[in-house]
Amino acid sequence: MSSIPRYNDAALPPPPAGEVRTARGQMSRMLLATVLVALTARPAHAFIAYVSNEKSNTVSVIDTDSWTVAKTIKVGQRPRGIEFTRDGKFVMVAIGDDDTIQMIDAKTQAVVDTLPSGPDPELFTQDAAGRTLYVANENDNTVTVIDLEKRARLGDIQVGVEPEGMTISPDGKTLINTSETTNMAHFIDTASRKIVANVLVDARPRFAEFKHDASELWVSSEIGGTVSVIDPNKHAVIGKVNFEIPGLRKEAIQPVGIGMTKDDKTAFVALGPANRIAVVDTATRKVTKYLLVGQRVWHMAFTPDEKYLLTTNGVSNDVSVIDVAAQKVIKTIQVGELPWGITIAP
Amino acid sequence: MSSITTRDVPRGFSASEYMTCLTGIVWREGLRFLHQRERFVSALVRPLVWLFIFAAGFRQVLGISIIPPYETYILYEVFIAPGLMAMIQLFNGMQSSLSMVYDREMGNMRTLLVSPLPRGFLLFCKLLAGTAVSLLQVYAFLIIAWFWDITPPPIGYLTVLPALILSGLMLGSLGMLISSGIKQLENFAGVMNFVIFPMFFASSALYPLWRVQEGSPYLYYVCQANPFTHAVELIRFALYGQINWISLAVVGVCTIVFMIAAIYAYDPSRGLARREPAGGEG
Repeated sequence: MSSIPRYNDAALPPPPAGEVRTARGQMSRMLLATVLVALTARPAHAFIAYVSNEKSNTVSVIDTDSWTVAKTIKVGQRPRGIEFTRDGKFVMVAIGDDDTIQMIDAKTQAVVDTLPSGPDPELFTQDAAGRTLYVANENDNTVTVIDLEKRARLGDIQVGVEPEGMTISPDGKTLINTSETTNMAHFIDTASRKIVANVLVDARPRFAEFKHDASELWVSSEIGGTVSVIDPNKHAVIGKVNFEIPGLRKEAIQPVGIGMTKDDKTAFVALGPANRIAVVDTATRKVTKYLLVGQRVWHMAFTPDEKYLLTTNGVSNDVSVIDVAAQKVIKTIQVGELPWGITIAP
Repeated sequence: MSSITTRDVPRGFSASEYMTCLTGIVWREGLRFLHQRERFVSALVRPLVWLFIFAAGFRQVLGISIIPPYETYILYEVFIAPGLMAMIQLFNGMQSSLSMVYDREMGNMRTLLVSPLPRGFLLFCKLLAGTAVSLLQVYAFLIIAWFWDITPPPIGYLTVLPALILSGLMLGSLGMLISSGIKQLENFAGVMNFVIFPMFFASSALYPLWRVQEGSPYLYYVCQANPFTHAVELIRFALYGQINWISLAVVGVCTIVFMIAAIYAYDPSRGLARREPAGGEG
């Protein structure tokens, strides 16, 4: 590797006259330098993605440089929600059937600890500082609050039936939980841990995502087939995103995961058994494109440079890679059975 | 040309004389193609009908498995695009051989064959000319397909060129071989049906071979043995910057075999053309 910068440097200024005598020699030297630059430029953005496989009870580790599964980690029964700690040292996985959250050490890639959740944890979110974790427990209609530093349970918040979607406002003051059966987005004040507002959305809300500027909250409704756009200050639905794919039954369109670009201009919505990701212009709230991915696409995660978006396709057991700028699916990688959630190292 | 004809035949010809002959034949074929605007339109409409209408109905057929060279799920129209490109070449190959039958009936072929250059070379020029015409058609199709969201990587448009030339030569020489055995223009329609349709349908142009295998293992072997399948796969891989070595070998060998057979068949002292004296009215 140490010789590579030398070639790079040589490519920039014209070589001294005495050193390279013939035009051909110069050409081949330039060519070699170009090839080396091209080779060394490639691995600049290698990230590691962790995918929870609900049925095979494993977590697949994907190297985003080679786009291959580098390792498969055995975890508890029914892993679903998965997220990195803010410091990037651990990966937290909600283990539904073991009623716990397991922590995977990102360095050793082994399960090292557990966090105390309620029964059947599904999805969770953490505050910006990474101190507090909020877990939706699907089976007992509560959200568990966990102190991440002490790894101790702080208390529970009673919410609607079958809580699932979890997100926190960028200022950390409001926690959002959606309950699948109550069909509501609950606004919870993180200081008092009390529900301050409930917003009714379409049937079976699965996922909630704030715009980075906190101006809008997007909530996907699996059965309703829509995404509701909520004004978080007025606690009111101010718009809806509708989906329509020619040749597909309306029932096949089941919005779940939502990914918002950092500039808040584009949203990607996973449409479940429609096997597509909808690209939504957030200004007009209209779908501009549908991207074909694997079967029953659920959740997604951006690489930190926002070049790629990775989606989990449950039924076809794979992860699709979307080139965000080109809005094109470039690759699909086989992982474990029933991939559910995904997180990428910061 | 007249200077060539006055020379003694056994003496070798210079490269420039070969080039004169080549450009002459290619130019004529090109002119013929450009003057028959209907032919250009119909050559384009045929695959586009498949793409816009047939593929629309089968949109959901694929998307359930990932087949090389594709790296992710694709829509049906993306899948059949290489098959349609090969179809353009198949029709074109047959059409240019049809024009040979026509030439023979009208007597134009004598003008061609009166050239003192080796007959094999003349026929090869004719093949190249036909392939060049098919390339025009295929690239026109690719441009339209691009607007239909069939967007292979940019480099693919370049890497597919050698594959198209080879498959064009193979299908052209097959057409030429067939045309040598046809005495009348009217007979050609029947041969089209017996050659084009079985070749097109028993191939990987419209459906992936694993699907065929599911339906009938025997048909799968037929498809595997069909050189057109390999032309399609060669084009499909090349369009994505990859090489399918098996298909390349099959298409390469078939091209050589068909070409030698066609040249042999057009030799009046041997071959199939012998049955019609003077190659004339048929």
